[in-house]
Order: sequence, then structure tokens, then C-alpha cells
Amino acid sequence: MTPAFLNNQYGLLADWRVYLEKRLGRRVAFVERDRYRATMDLLRLGKLDFAWVCDYPYVYLRKRNQARLLAVPYSKGRSGYRAYLIVPARDTHTRSLLQLKNKVFAYADPYSNSGYLVPRYQLHEIGDNPGTFFKRTFFTYSHRNAIEAVAAGVAQGASVDSFVWDSLAKIQPQITARTRIVSRSPEYGFPPFVASRAASDRDFAAMRKVLLGMNHDARGIALLRRLNLDGFKIGDPATYGAVADMMNAMGGR
Amino acid sequence: MSTFFNLSFRFKIPLWGSALILVTAGSVGLALTFRAYHDLHQDLLISADSLGRTLSKTLFPVMLHDNVWRAYEIINASSYNATPTSPVQASALVLLDRQGRVYVSTRPYGYPMLANLRQLGPGYGGLAEKLPRIGAGATRSFDLEKSNQIVVAAPVGEGPKRLGTLLIFYSKTVFVPRFRAIVTRAGGITLLILAILLPINWYWGRRMALPLMQLSSRMGEIGTRIPDPLDPAIYPYRDELGELFTAFGEMVMALREGERLKDDMVQSQRLAAVGRLAAGIAHEINNPLAGMLTAVDTLKQRPGVDPRVMKTIGLLERGLMQIRDTVQALLVDARAMDRLLAPSDIEDMRMLLQPQLSKKGLSLKCYSDLKGEIALPATYVRQIVINLLLNAAQAAREGGQIACAIAPATGWLCISVANTGAPLTERQMARLFEPFATTKETGHGLGLWVTYQIVQQLGGNITAENRSDTVRFVVQLPLGHPS
Repeated sequence: MTPAFLNNQYGLLADWRVYLEKRLGRRVAFVERDRYRATMDLLRLGKLDFAWVCDYPYVYLRKRNQARLLAVPYSKGRSGYRAYLIVPARDTHTRSLLQLKNKVFAYADPYSNSGYLVPRYQLHEIGDNPGTFFKRTFFTYSHRNAIEAVAAGVAQGASVDSFVWDSLAKIQPQITARTRIVSRSPEYGFPPFVASRAASDRDFAAMRKVLLGMNHDARGIALLRRLNLDGFKIGDPATYGAVADMMNAMGGR
Repeated sequence: MSTFFNLSFRFKIPLWGSALILVTAGSVGLALTFRAYHDLHQDLLISADSLGRTLSKTLFPVMLHDNVWRAYEIINASSYNATPTSPVQASALVLLDRQGRVYVSTRPYGYPMLANLRQLGPGYGGLAEKLPRIGAGATRSFDLEKSNQIVVAAPVGEGPKRLGTLLIFYSKTVFVPRFRAIVTRAGGITLLILAILLPINWYWGRRMALPLMQLSSRMGEIGTRIPDPLDPAIYPYRDELGELFTAFGEMVMALREGERLKDDMVQSQRLAAVGRLAAGIAHEINNPLAGMLTAVDTLKQRPGVDPRVMKTIGLLERGLMQIRDTVQALLVDARAMDRLLAPSDIEDMRMLLQPQLSKKGLSLKCYSDLKGEIALPATYVRQIVINLLLNAAQAAREGGQIACAIAPATGWLCISVANTGAPLTERQMARLFEPFATTKETGHGLGLWVTYQIVQQLGGNITAENRSDTVRFVVQLPLGHPS
């Protein structure tokens, strides 16, 4: 599990694990890491079978043939999400990223799409140097923390996952209320569930079946509602083309 | 100011007492309040020192890895660990980097990231000067100049490697609610003590002042008159004030006794002088008077006197007789031996006085304890009693009462005569026993004079006194007078 969703809902994760164990008929363990890089390393080393990661780690790993697409969540019928550019609510004049020049900006994670790649790519597109555009940047290692950093005023701006912001707005609206969405990016493929090379085809199929079937039983539906999701579907790797393009434009890695 | 010192003790003692109580209560209250403030301040410094040491250790690796968000989470969590009512709630935690710029703070709007500490406000320049001098592993507290904040600074570093400084800001106003609670409690206790002590003080002050005031007012009367004695119930204690009371009482008694002796002396001297004068004049008159009476008598015996001359002779004789009677009355002489006084002498009185009594409808009650003869000259004692009874009958109101008591005691005979009627005035009392001192239209005013002279010559004394509605004369005569 990565901070691609509101990963500090530990009760929800415990319930989900019980659900998965029952459906898969085997033991399931969630391994949680804050930094995408840590999860990516575990996937690469075959220490994990499946992971819920951001677009950027998926594209990065797929490029190196270290992960394949397992399933893609969808919400409100759409399997896409955006990057929200947010500022503190008391900042009422900022209308675009450009007005945040020489401000303090919070990134979510160096391997985050919406929380790192998107704003940097936008700056790159207009010919600015993302390395010197802001006065100070720091990583919060989760979208939720980035939202809190902006809400508290520690950062004067951040780019966050719309799915996380919307989910947080449902659970803790007092935090999101202290932020203001300045702009919304184009839609990208939803942070996907991926399988490492360590996962056998049988496990891959069983896991995909369970995830896709979650919206067919009551417990699964209840869990999905708590996750702020409608269900899972078999994704199309092509959906993540835009992220791959941005990655290439920014230097590839 | 002197107006205050001139105030009566009645006000001055309670006021002084109240002032002392107020000053004492106020000082104790202030001392406790100051102590409480000091304790609060000390609590804060101890708590801040411990917080600063702990956080600086935790923050060192975080700053080393330049993890701004983690640093924020650490200091932000610490700023919430105190309860709102606790006086050690920090108002802000600010982490500075090596250049003295804000690395991160719990109040990003007041202490924005990368802001230079010196530019944050007027007092911060001085603070920035002092920070580098704090040794590793120590904390220091400062009063931030030109603000009501206390700052506790803890360097973040290990050994010689210094990454920055943690500043913990406390507003002095965090004391206010708890300080106010302490002051309120102390004030309440003070008021309670005052509520108990002030009335006691007021009562005590009055208790002290009232006797003093009375003493002072009585002392003021000395010089114009002899003051009345003080009521001993006002201050029945044996302290200095009580002794003053006793001394004053003794002084008043002594003054009265002296006054009385002086009056008695003056009166008896005057009466003695008048007596000598009267006796002298009487003797001088008596000799020619006797000659004149003899001559008139001889003239009357002569035959063939013209009846008109005889009428004149009669006129002369009656005039001379009146002079003789008067002189005789003035010239009291009780030295001649007489028969002894017997109970029958007393019984005669009523009969002798009956005409006078019935004229005014007076009632006479006579008590006599006389059982037999007593060693006093009967004629003079009778004269004394008759004179006193006549005097009483004249002084009594119509239908009034007269009481007479004759009581022999060891070595003494006591005669007392009382009548209902107007009391004697001071003036009457002073001249009572002088000749011709009558206030009445009838009588020549010699009755009491004669009585006084007889009593004097018998070696006794006579006094007059006003009772509630009676006037009483008391005569005491020593028995067996060598007359």
C-alpha cells in the first residue's frame, strides 16, 4: 500500500484484509510504505505480489518490465483522476501556478504523478525551470500531508491527487476547507493495482477476480464505499500514456 | 495630615487598626501572588527546558536529512501536548536553520519559512545575537524585548555539528487565566479575613476609645466644677486604662472631700464670727438696755405722771423689751446647768406645736426611743426640737407631713426632723444657720441660728439635706456634756 489513497485508515485496511483473505482463501498481509520508492524497490525485488501505486511508479516499473497492470479502480463511473493545484484558503488571489513563483511549494513524493510530475511538467512546458521556480520545496511523502501542509500554511501551494482530496473532503472536511483548489489538471489514469513478477499467474488471476467482483457483494460494496470507490475494472495500459509522455519530457528516469 | 492625628480615638483606633489589617492582608496577598507568579514562571521554564532538550535531539536527524515536513510534524505535535488551561502551552515553536532563517514553524503566517529571524520584529535582532552563544545540549530563556513573550532556545546539534536552533515561544498572557484564578482565590481569602477582622477591630477600637473619651470629657470639667465619678462598668479591667479609671475615681473623691471640708470650714468660721459679733453687740447693748429698762420702770412707779407721758413710757418700755428679747435670742448661752432630758419632754412637744400644725393641716409623726433620763440639758434639747419642728411646720406645704425621730445611741443622741416640701436651694443651704437669714415672710430668722448655737455649745453637729421630696435636719449631740 502506498499513499496513492488515504492510506492512514488503518481500520479500513484491517477490514479489507479480512475480506481478501476470505475471498482468496489464503493469508494476506498488507505492507505499507510511505515513500513510493520503497514500495517500488520491494516490487522490483519480488518482495511483494501486488501493490496499489501511483501512475508514475507504474509507468516507471512497466518501462523496466518490472510490473504489470492488475486492475484499475473507478469512481463515479470514471477511471481517471486529476492533479489539484491547491493553496491555503486565506490566499484568495492566486489563480494559476505561475503566481506561486518564489513561494514555498509542497511536493507529495518524487515518484508521484499528480504530486510532483504534473506541476513540474507544467512549469517545464511554459519554459520555466522547476528547480528554481519556487523559493523552497519539500516532500511530505503523501498527498494527505501535502493537503495538511497547505491547510496549515507551511506550504503556500501543493499539487495533490484529486481522489485523495475528494476522499479527505468526505472524512475530514475541516482540513480541506482550509485549502482552495486553484486549478485542475487534465484527467490521468487512476492510480492502478499492479502485480510484480513474483506473483504467479494463478495468484494474478485470483486477485484480479476478487477485486473485480468486490462490487457484487454487500461487504465488498461497503468497503468500496469507505474507499470512496465504485469498483475495479481491467485497465488498459494505454490510459497511462500521458504520464509516460510527461516522464519522458522531464528526463525519462 | 494633622487633621487625622487630631481625630478622636473613637475613629482613630478603628481606622489605624483597619489600615494595619488592610496593609497586612494586602502585603500577604501580594507576597503570595508574587510567589505564585514566580512559581508559574519557573514551571514554564522547567517544562520548556525539558521540551527543548527532547525536541532538539529528535529534530537533529530530521534536519540532517532536510525533512521539513517531518520537522513540522514533530514541533506541531509538541505544541498541542499541553492542555489549553496549562500555563505551559507554547504559543509557537520555531525551528531556525544554521543561517538564522526560519526552517519551519508551527505558525507559518507569523514565522514564514526562510524568513530571517532579525526581520521578524523589533525584539528579534537582540535575540538573534544571543543564540550562537548557547552551548550544545543546553537551553536558555530570554524575555523577548518589546513584546510580552518568553523565548526558550535549544540548539539542534550533536557535538560540534550544529544544524540550527529550536525556539519555543510562550506568551506571558498564558499565565493570565491561572494567575487570575490564584489572585481571585487569594482575594477571596483576604476578604474573608477582613470580614472577620474588621468588625472585631471596630468593636475593640470602640471598647478602647469609649472609656478614654469619657475620661477625657470628665477631665475637661475639672477647673469649672468637680466632675461626676465614672461608671466603673464601662471598663472593669485591671490594665493601665483600668488603673487610670481607678486613679480618676480616687481623684474625684479627694476633690469632693476637699471641697466639702473647705465649705464646712468656711461656714463654721463665718458662723463663729457672726456668733462672736452678735454676742459682743448683745453684751454692749445689754448693759445700757438694763439701765434704760430700770429707768423706765422707775418712771412708771412715780405717781402723778401725765397719762400721755405714761403712754409714751409704755411705748418705750415695749420697744426696749423687744430689743431685749431680740438680744436675748442672739445671746445663746447653754452653759447653765439644767435638769436632765426625760421622755416626758418629748411628749410635751406635740401639745406645744398643736396650734401651728392644725393651722396648716399638717400631720406629725413622732418616734422616740427614749426610755429614761439621758445626760443632756432638757431645756436646750427641747428648744432644739421645738425650733426644728417649727421650722419644719413653716416649710411644709399645706396638708404635708412632718416626721420626728429621737434615737439615743452609745454616747450620742440623734434627733432627726423631716418635712415634705420644696428642697433647699444651694444658696439657702449655704446661709441656713446664719441669723436673719429667713426666706419666709413670717419669723425673724433666728430659729435655726439659735438651734445651731445651742448644738455648737453642746458639742454636737447639725446638718440639713434634701431627700427625694423631703427636707431633713439631723442633730447629733454627745451625751454627758460637761455643761
